[in-house]
Amino acid sequence: MIKTDALIVGAGPTGLFTAHQLKLIGLNCEVVDNLDKIGGQCIELYPDKPIYDIPAVPECTGEELTNNLINQLKPFDIKFHLSERVDEVKKDGDMWIVKTNKGTSFNTPNVIIAGGVGSFEPRKFSVEGHEKFENKSILYSIKDKNIFKGKTVSIFGGGDSALDWAVELSNNCNVNLIHRRDEFRGAQATVNKVHELAKSKKLNLFTKFQLKKLNGSNEIESIDIEDDVKKIVNLKTDYVLGFFGLVMQLGPIANWGLNIDKKTVEVDTEKFETNQNGIYAVGDICNYPGKLKLILSGFHEGALAARACFKLARPNEKYRFEFTTSSKTIKNRLGVKGD
Amino acid sequence: MTKITYIEHNGKNHKVDVENGLTVMEGAVQNDIPGIDADCGGSMACATCHVYVKDEWFKKINEKNEGEDDMLDQAYEPKSNSRLSCQIIVSDELEGLVVNMPEKQT
Repeated sequence: MIKTDALIVGAGPTGLFTAHQLKLIGLNCEVVDNLDKIGGQCIELYPDKPIYDIPAVPECTGEELTNNLINQLKPFDIKFHLSERVDEVKKDGDMWIVKTNKGTSFNTPNVIIAGGVGSFEPRKFSVEGHEKFENKSILYSIKDKNIFKGKTVSIFGGGDSALDWAVELSNNCNVNLIHRRDEFRGAQATVNKVHELAKSKKLNLFTKFQLKKLNGSNEIESIDIEDDVKKIVNLKTDYVLGFFGLVMQLGPIANWGLNIDKKTVEVDTEKFETNQNGIYAVGDICNYPGKLKLILSGFHEGALAARACFKLARPNEKYRFEFTTSSKTIKNRLGVKGD
Repeated sequence: MTKITYIEHNGKNHKVDVENGLTVMEGAVQNDIPGIDADCGGSMACATCHVYVKDEWFKKINEKNEGEDDMLDQAYEPKSNSRLSCQIIVSDELEGLVVNMPEKQT
């Protein structure tokens, strides 16, 4: 069990700056995120897109913003638990016991939810009966490519993951690549390679087709795919792989006893506390009258939530407001020389 | 103001006035119409404001932006008449527009 003054759920810009604020005022914190990297939506959805409304930063991309925030945290020692999703939050006296899907558990007086729109999960097939084959013959990510050796694999999708795996697996499997239109959004070199492989019959390319039906009882035996003009093709296959990107799902947050409306959590605007004492929500996931879903709002919300955390983490101390420009204590924490 | 009808997958109609210049997605969100999630807030970075537009309207609305089809690849049950409603700008020409929403967005 890890003891910490505050646990931040979500490593997007708001979670990162909240961590900074906590460390500045002398609290320690740890961060959990379901993605395998730091940055949240900024890094997953729009790493290359320019943002124009970060105060004092005329223009930066999602990736640059993330890197700057990570740099700003450099003076501090903060443990990130990536590729872990917080599944359970339970009250234990004055503390919260928080557990992740990987078995990590925390004991903390403060939980700050900076979860954006929830956690990123792979987008799944929608055809009937897909659930019963999932994690057996239907997969959304590949952990061990050797299981496909000599088998027939049907890959759906038009992005880099779909194309890269189609190329890779065509070495020792029978690959069907199926995409709903004839343009791909993957890297041009990989797209060219796929067309080459299709020409030399090293993989079977089906464009303007989508999955229509799964056939089989315990394991998939074949699939029906359908094109624009309702033509159906039956393909014998051992595995079906779907690479349709990630979607955001509120996930387990819905089960923590919080006031949730339209995927957002109600908070007050003094502490950004939820209806549960010691649980706060900041950034896109919180809601209050006048809420703006801007990154800058998340920074403000995190700064105030961090001060609220102080009261519960240091009940016998008084929080004293200080400026980074003048406070010797803060400068020590930052590791910079005082005047 | 332009009249737009949003039809949920279960057939329920929502006819509302949307201010010109807003997007069809914003019209839905501001009027509390269920069925459009718009997780990314309109930055064409997700595919959760996906709608189907009937042929007669499909030709009249502004063309797809670069990258919109890439996002639609990731939408729930995309079809040839799929659009991201955050990329459809409301104007007088769209008076009476009807959009159908998919069964779900994710």
